[in-house]
Amino acid sequence: MNFTCPAPYNEYERILLAHGSGGRLSDRLIHNVIVKILGDTCIDSSHDGALLSTSGTIAFTTDSFVVDPVFFPGGNIGDLAVNGTVNDLVCCGAVPMYLSLSLIIEEGLSMREFVSIMESVAAASRKAGVKIVTGDTKVVGRGKGDKIFINTAGVGEVPPNRNIAPHRAAAGDAIIITGNIADHGIAILSTREGLSFETDILSDSAPLNELAHLAFSAAGDIHVLRDPTRGGIASALNEISTTSGMEIVIDESLIPVDPRVRGACEIMGFDPLYIASEGRMLIILPDEFSDGVVKALQTHPLGINAAVIGYVSAGKPGVKLKTMVGSTRIVEMITGEQLPRIC
Amino acid sequence: MEICGGQTHAIMKYNLTELLPEEITLIHGPGCPVCVTPLEMVDKAIAISHEKDVILTTFGDMMRVPGSHSDLLSARASGADVRMVFSPLDSVTLAARNPGKKVVFLAIGFETTAPANALAVKMAANLRLENYSVLCSHVLVPPALRALLSAGDARIDGLLAPGHVCTVTGFVEYDLIAGNFGIPVTVTGFEPVDILRGIEATVTMLEQGRTGVQNRYERSVTRQGNTSALNTMYEVLEVCDRQWRGIGMIPKSGLSLRKEYSRFDAATQFKPGDISVTEPEICIAGRILRGVSSPGECSAFGSLCTPEHPLGAPMVSSEGACAAWYRYKLNRQE
Repeated sequence: MNFTCPAPYNEYERILLAHGSGGRLSDRLIHNVIVKILGDTCIDSSHDGALLSTSGTIAFTTDSFVVDPVFFPGGNIGDLAVNGTVNDLVCCGAVPMYLSLSLIIEEGLSMREFVSIMESVAAASRKAGVKIVTGDTKVVGRGKGDKIFINTAGVGEVPPNRNIAPHRAAAGDAIIITGNIADHGIAILSTREGLSFETDILSDSAPLNELAHLAFSAAGDIHVLRDPTRGGIASALNEISTTSGMEIVIDESLIPVDPRVRGACEIMGFDPLYIASEGRMLIILPDEFSDGVVKALQTHPLGINAAVIGYVSAGKPGVKLKTMVGSTRIVEMITGEQLPRIC
Repeated sequence: MEICGGQTHAIMKYNLTELLPEEITLIHGPGCPVCVTPLEMVDKAIAISHEKDVILTTFGDMMRVPGSHSDLLSARASGADVRMVFSPLDSVTLAARNPGKKVVFLAIGFETTAPANALAVKMAANLRLENYSVLCSHVLVPPALRALLSAGDARIDGLLAPGHVCTVTGFVEYDLIAGNFGIPVTVTGFEPVDILRGIEATVTMLEQGRTGVQNRYERSVTRQGNTSALNTMYEVLEVCDRQWRGIGMIPKSGLSLRKEYSRFDAATQFKPGDISVTEPEICIAGRILRGVSSPGECSAFGSLCTPEHPLGAPMVSSEGACAAWYRYKLNRQE
């Protein structure tokens, strides 16, 4: 007899409208599938909401995830939904603690895929050290959604004496990126129909709490943290420049980009500066701490390629790039979607 | 003048003008296929996209190009099935997988994209697909250059010939242009160093009072070009007169389907009807595409006309002169 086969979570092969009805099937989906898979990462109070006690300042954030495709090289919507919110908390200077998990499922999603997504939620939560304390499940009719949408909200505690905010970017600050940029965006693009190019690039989706901890331990002060998701580091740095009223100058030759990503970008006509990462962080801090922080980050598997890529200066607000050939150009905020060029 | 939009983009992206002496002015040429595609063609594509059971496919850049009243992205938002593809071969695959749908490929581009389009049509013919067609709007570089140089309102001392087009076509034709108009021409690539080498070669020829063609994109371009690609192109396509947006009708400057392949012509299959087009009056795209004016001289530039709300095509494509100016040059501190 083979005991390695996992016990079936549910007798249904696909999600039905009734799984969101609030009745018996909903209850079975929540307790026999979701709560069971989440295991120790879930605090199930069987209550309408979670009662949390915290001390001091809390950070609170929310994010919705609608990624297409739901499964992509290097991850799926489940870990993305956990990591995205965890990273937003981290970039507020907080230690992530609790998440909510709201699912909007399209009727007909296979139970196998659903289980796999929930397993990723559990694994990512465990890795990030957060507990899922409340949630909601809705099912919409076939064609009214796109497999599954997930919203997560998160709460984290900000330790005393931390003050992370974009307006704190100051002249002379160094800008660190914790790893190669643009992996996530290119991994997603490589799966899109009609954009057939072969690449083995994996999404960089990952929680940043451990990297942040290393950075805080190594630095006397950190001014700004930002995860460059949609719009890439170009948009993130432009926002910081606008908020702080400072000029930002980055150096093209210092920005770590995987050669496969660079190649894909060249073929498709994309600029990696504008492509999303889901497990990278910009750290802006007084230059005196930059060497120590880069060294500390490089001790972690997610931070091997960490590097100083530029500086904040007291010029006219805006982001400038020193190009490979020695000239300087403006890095604009992204306009619209980046589309591949044709020749 | 650098002819190709890809070169314009690289010049702006690396701000190469900062590295050049003041005496050298780069005029941005008409080599952005998205920019010179006539408004009428965009309107036709939009009309076809709304037909029953049609999947309209095209390159990403074409999606945002404004037609008279709308663009393909808006057509998609209002229910048309419009999809972006990276290669026309992907459209053929789409047609093979969706026998109940009519897949139309809006084929634009210079001699660079035409062979791939021709190959896709041949593939559709081999697969005996009856649900694949192309709306063909290909254009050829040399006739447009002759038209520009003959018009005489742009002061062009030398040409950087388009490296990728020449990879396909070779540069015999450009030798004739250099001779006819008495100017130096340099076949030039797209990396910043390629472009600087192209400029250096052109300026050296000017200083020595020489004309003719030099190849500074040796790693890709040969004098005869890619004969296999050219053969495929001319097996399926033939030279025709073509309207260029902003420039007007140029005789023998386009490619259309040969009679043997006319069953793949979307324009005759769908008969999108009479389409009358109007260009925004304030837009000086025509003068920009001819190299007579620079984007900064346009009163709408950066105010009424931006990449989010383009009035003319050069603001739409990232290779368009206006979009490149906007993205890399606006607000630049000197």
